[in-house]
Amino acid sequence: MKQSFQVDERGYYGDFGGAFIPEMLYPNVEELRSRYLDIMAEPAFQKEFQDLLKDFVGRPTPLFKAERLSAKYKTNIYLKREDLCHTGAHKVNNTIGQILVAKRLGKNKIVAETGAGQHGVATATVCALMGMECIVYMGAIDIERQAPNVARMRMLGAQVVAAQSGSKTLKDATNEAMRHWINNPVDTHYIIGSVVGPHPYPDMVARFQSVISQEMRIQLQEKEGRDYPDYVIACVGGGSNAAGAFYHFLDEPRTQLIAAEAAGKGVNSGHSAATTFLGKPGVLHGSKSLLMQTADGQVIEPYSISAGLDYPGIGPMHANLSYTGRARFFGITDAEALDAAVECSVLEGIIPALETAHALAVFEKLHAKPDEVIVVNLSGRGDKDLSTYQQHLKLND
Amino acid sequence: MNRITKLFAEATEPILNVYATAGYPNLGDTMTVLQALQEGGVDIIEIGMPYSDPVADGETIQQSNQVSLDQGMTVAHLFEQLQAMRQTITVPVLLMGYINPVLQYGVEAFCKKCAEVGIDGVILPDLPMAEYESEFQAIFEQYGLYNIFLITPQTTDARIAQVDAISKGFIYMVSSASTTGAKTGISDIQETYFKRINGMNLKNPRLIGFGISDRASFLKASESSAGAIIGSAFVKLLGQAQDLRGEIVAFVQSIKGKK
Repeated sequence: MKQSFQVDERGYYGDFGGAFIPEMLYPNVEELRSRYLDIMAEPAFQKEFQDLLKDFVGRPTPLFKAERLSAKYKTNIYLKREDLCHTGAHKVNNTIGQILVAKRLGKNKIVAETGAGQHGVATATVCALMGMECIVYMGAIDIERQAPNVARMRMLGAQVVAAQSGSKTLKDATNEAMRHWINNPVDTHYIIGSVVGPHPYPDMVARFQSVISQEMRIQLQEKEGRDYPDYVIACVGGGSNAAGAFYHFLDEPRTQLIAAEAAGKGVNSGHSAATTFLGKPGVLHGSKSLLMQTADGQVIEPYSISAGLDYPGIGPMHANLSYTGRARFFGITDAEALDAAVECSVLEGIIPALETAHALAVFEKLHAKPDEVIVVNLSGRGDKDLSTYQQHLKLND
Repeated sequence: MNRITKLFAEATEPILNVYATAGYPNLGDTMTVLQALQEGGVDIIEIGMPYSDPVADGETIQQSNQVSLDQGMTVAHLFEQLQAMRQTITVPVLLMGYINPVLQYGVEAFCKKCAEVGIDGVILPDLPMAEYESEFQAIFEQYGLYNIFLITPQTTDARIAQVDAISKGFIYMVSSASTTGAKTGISDIQETYFKRINGMNLKNPRLIGFGISDRASFLKASESSAGAIIGSAFVKLLGQAQDLRGEIVAFVQSIKGKK
């Protein structure tokens, strides 16, 4: 479907997007750009993709009516259970799609970046499935604080390489993955984990994640007798789960799109990752978007309790949704996210990922009406965050 | 006439372009490095504008960028350092960097300042041709600034022809699929690529960069081009030098075969 908030022919969402890449990457990105839509439209591709989503990932994921949360906030809250995807988060929807594209491009090696390790695990998983060599770049600091995911990737046969440059976190892991691709342009495909990077990545990743909102429409029709909610809420770091949750509602004026960004210790505390509040237009990792940066144009290292939202930029689609006012952005602090994680756990029996907890913290601020319908994208499960929860919630006392 | 055009028109021997990160090894060293390069006999100087996320660069140049930034380098400060550059520097000078700091400085303000201090051209690896044509070319040309484009072994002939049509000064020929400083030396495969491009009868001369580190690789590259560019090998020297001026002069002389 053709939508006005979609990417245009030049790879832009309004003023944001494009492909700001060194010439060394041009042949790869251009090959991908010229072929991704045709590849994705092939019936054989679609069959393979849909079969894997069903039998390997476990889709469709349920749309669960959260009765006790609904009662508390006096409205109707549904949780889209992406946490039930194989590997524990929505990330795998994209890695399945991209590895099938990579195969059709004749690539036999995969490189990826990862922050918290969720995308790295999802990439290592599909590489094992397809028998492809897998190299994952991860910031040296993240490797230390996300040991279980590092172990998972290694058990799946992936090589995890520490990014030692810059701040040694997600931004630098992305730089290193891009450098790896520059140095290995012929046999390697780069699986970017979010709706960031040069065109066509933001659009391609959004399309692979759009299965989330596609299912929401069908499930809402069954449960509520209408195929749209009044609100869709998702957390945004780079923005892939939000892109998937928003995709089929972008041109549905009856649905308000709500994005939760990580405000860390407070939007203006100097320890935050709330890009739409603090960022200015700039270029990072191949696209023009909103970017946290100094007056001199140097990228600022963000902060969030959640490693998955700890990114100084945001996908160009979301920059445009923010700029045009199509989506409403909330800055959610670490403390608010932790409270929301506890609330979801004790009221619904679901321990959410810390990233997702930011989306769950929006209920408090939304003041939805009793007859309104809210869908929250429950993008991931909280197992990976247990050590953070233990530390901050004093669960060991 | 732009100094770059004049240099290539009049050159009788291979052209040596050396890259140096601004504000490195110490913030105040920029002009010292430029003067020593010229004293040694360099033909073109490429000044690196430090950036926090230089994806086309390998470890050596990345680290020098970070050191310079940590010492307080900014685009504005670099222009201050270069304000009186043309009182002593006569060779062509390029600025190499990434697009984001230029966007934040303001494209027009940046070009204007370049013209004011005597910069002849810029190399912005993450500014692709299509974006340059639609948003930047008119401003660059208004201020007489050359934008130098890169080609690589994977660049198609059709695209090379496009690059040649839009280029002024010279084309930066990346010797292999790599980031800066990743590989050293010139292989037979690379020589074949150099000769293929040399046989295309492009209107612009080429300088070969990436993997050039000494006189042997400089001469080898120059057999099929107008000359070559040295970056990481020189930045390494800057990081270790005890006698900055003396070692720079000796390095350039050794490459140029002047001693």
